[in-house]
Amino acid sequence: MTAKYAAVKPKRVKMRGENVTVFYGNKQALHGVTLDIAANKVTALIGPSGCGKSTFLRCLNRMNDTIEGARVEGVITLDGEDIYAPDIDVVELRARVGMVFQRPNPFPKSIYDNVAYGPRIHGLTKNRAELDEIVEKSLKSAGLFDEVKDRLHDAGTGLSGGQQQRLCIARAIAVSPEVILMDEPCSALDPIATARIEELIDDLRKNYTIAIVTHSMQQAARVSQYTAMFHLGSLVEMGETKIIFTSPKERRTQDYITGRFG
Amino acid sequence: MSALGVAYIIIVFGLAGFFACRARARLLEQRGQKMHSLPLYYGWWAFFVTSAPALLFLLIWTISSDLYLERRAFSHLAAQNAAAQNAASAVAGVAASGAAPAQSAGFGLEKAVLSDLVKNLPALGGNIADYAQASYASVRKKLLTAKNIALVENGRNYMLPLAVEWLETRRILQKTGGAAAIILAAFAFVGSFYYVRPAFRARNKVERVIISTLFLASLLAIATTIGIVLSMLFQTVHFFESVSPRAFFFGTVWDPRFSTAAGEAGATGRFGLVPLLAGTLYIALVAMIVAVPVGLFAAIYMAEYASPGLRSVIKPLLEILAGIPTIVYGFFALMTIGPFLRDISAALAGGQSFIQAQSVLTAGLVMGIMLIPFVSSLSDDIITAVPRALRDGSYGLGATQSETVKKVVLPAALPGIVAALLLAASRAIGETMIVVLAAGVAANISFNPFAPMTTITVKIVNQLTGDLEFDSPQTLVAFALGMTLFVLTLLMNIFALYIVRKYREHYE
Repeated sequence: MTAKYAAVKPKRVKMRGENVTVFYGNKQALHGVTLDIAANKVTALIGPSGCGKSTFLRCLNRMNDTIEGARVEGVITLDGEDIYAPDIDVVELRARVGMVFQRPNPFPKSIYDNVAYGPRIHGLTKNRAELDEIVEKSLKSAGLFDEVKDRLHDAGTGLSGGQQQRLCIARAIAVSPEVILMDEPCSALDPIATARIEELIDDLRKNYTIAIVTHSMQQAARVSQYTAMFHLGSLVEMGETKIIFTSPKERRTQDYITGRFG
Repeated sequence: MSALGVAYIIIVFGLAGFFACRARARLLEQRGQKMHSLPLYYGWWAFFVTSAPALLFLLIWTISSDLYLERRAFSHLAAQNAAAQNAASAVAGVAASGAAPAQSAGFGLEKAVLSDLVKNLPALGGNIADYAQASYASVRKKLLTAKNIALVENGRNYMLPLAVEWLETRRILQKTGGAAAIILAAFAFVGSFYYVRPAFRARNKVERVIISTLFLASLLAIATTIGIVLSMLFQTVHFFESVSPRAFFFGTVWDPRFSTAAGEAGATGRFGLVPLLAGTLYIALVAMIVAVPVGLFAAIYMAEYASPGLRSVIKPLLEILAGIPTIVYGFFALMTIGPFLRDISAALAGGQSFIQAQSVLTAGLVMGIMLIPFVSSLSDDIITAVPRALRDGSYGLGATQSETVKKVVLPAALPGIVAALLLAASRAIGETMIVVLAAGVAANISFNPFAPMTTITVKIVNQLTGDLEFDSPQTLVAFALGMTLFVLTLLMNIFALYIVRKYREHYE
């Protein structure tokens, strides 16, 4: 199946997937998807459940490697470099392409140690002061610092759901990634916490490239500059968000956005 | 008819109630009545109402009538016994003045003889009342020739009327009780029809019955434990009447000196716990040093690295290791590990072996092997239970697999692992057979792991096997040792539970 490509192409491409096909065992989850992720923009991946949008996202930092029986075909590049090439260190790749998951998953450690986890394993700091600085900066970028500055050494699991998710974002930022992948980051949160995360995503765009999977049309419309519509493991259409939401080329996109299926 | 036969009849009544009431409930439903519950529930409630009270009555009746008969017979026996003693002393010309020997030293024995007689007399068959006037010797002879049952020789003639009376009364009481229970069940059967009406909430009642049954089951388990502890406690208190707690808990010499062998008066032996406790803890420590790293690493490999196919082979294999009886491990220690260590130490030292075949090291090593599957299987389950989301979070930050295991998975699983290790440690402390065969029975205090030592459990076995009267400190010390062991493992288990509870909320 050939994906219909939107006329508008992003100016600066950070990541590109070409003809990406994914199998889980014998089941094909993704059929030759070709898609660009624009630098310093938010790209939203939308589509009904099981359409392959999360699968595609997980290919971008090779998280599918950890799933038994998963197989990825096609080419995915980061700054023009094939991330599935044999000489690529997957561990280093994941430091460059961070990920925030559907459910907040803070480690059973203190707030400080959660954020310091990445810098520590990658040896990014030389001394405690530098580490403190990274932790503070990351928590500030995630808009969490003011709420937790007095209890940095309390358990991260003791925070509220929205705070936990922002902690996970801070944790991802702490290793200074170039791209942040978000897999339905607000699906387990209430509307107020969701609004805070959305504001945060808009702020982060200045320094990071963001790809976000979401089930909420409104969220895609609010936070993203580009939107890619998936259906049954294929890319239906990709383009500037305002165009996709006002005058989509594809009938299926139109139907999905207006709530006729999904 | 025996109590068991009566119980069967009651259950038949119950089943009849079940079917009758279920059928009636169905009938009412067909007639258009809106029943509260399904017909099945009316059936079960009828079964319960019909059988439970009658069975309970039967149980209480049987137990209390037995107790009553025994008490009555023994009080008569005491009177007869005293009379016979008095007569005997009168014949011997000794004045029967002073305290009458109402319960002489042999009275406990006589009770046992009478109970035995009562147990075996029905085997002769025929009319039991005929034997009331027979002599004990003739009855004994008859039992021996006809049924090949041997009674003790020194029974008394006056026991026979008592035994006959006991049996006759028991027969009557059984008949009355059985009849009463059956009548009760019959009435309840008829009465259970009362419950089959639309407004009756049979479903909720059955739920209550189920809850009560489950509660009773757990109560039974707890009651048994309490019973075991109490029986040990009484014997322990008895022991401390002859040996001071200080000498027991702080004594450094274990030399129980069986009084018959010692001969001299007052040679009660010394019951120092310290060498046994030291041996127990030392051997358990060596075992844990072997079992913890190997078991834990195996668990990490199985949970994190092994492919599902490999895991499905390795895990059952390891669990087979857990099924080997400990006595077999004992053989292994005695025949293989012990001599191997001895020979290898001889080779290392050039002729003179410094590891004895029976040693702390041998026992600890083999016990450690025994504990490996225990540690690895429990830890594997705990590690696998750590949510995948935590691993993903770590991989997503660019951590390697071993970094993820070390910094995220293990800390998250730690409380569970510690609890598993403490459980393994309590097994090591309670282990007996391996130590008997591999570490010997010598109660030494030593820090040399190459020398033999022994443990609390081994000494319990030593003290309780053999021909000893049951009220000497030499025997009773086993209960004090058992109690100590129990308290030790109990504390460890409580500590394990405490750790699990305290850190459980850390993930999810």
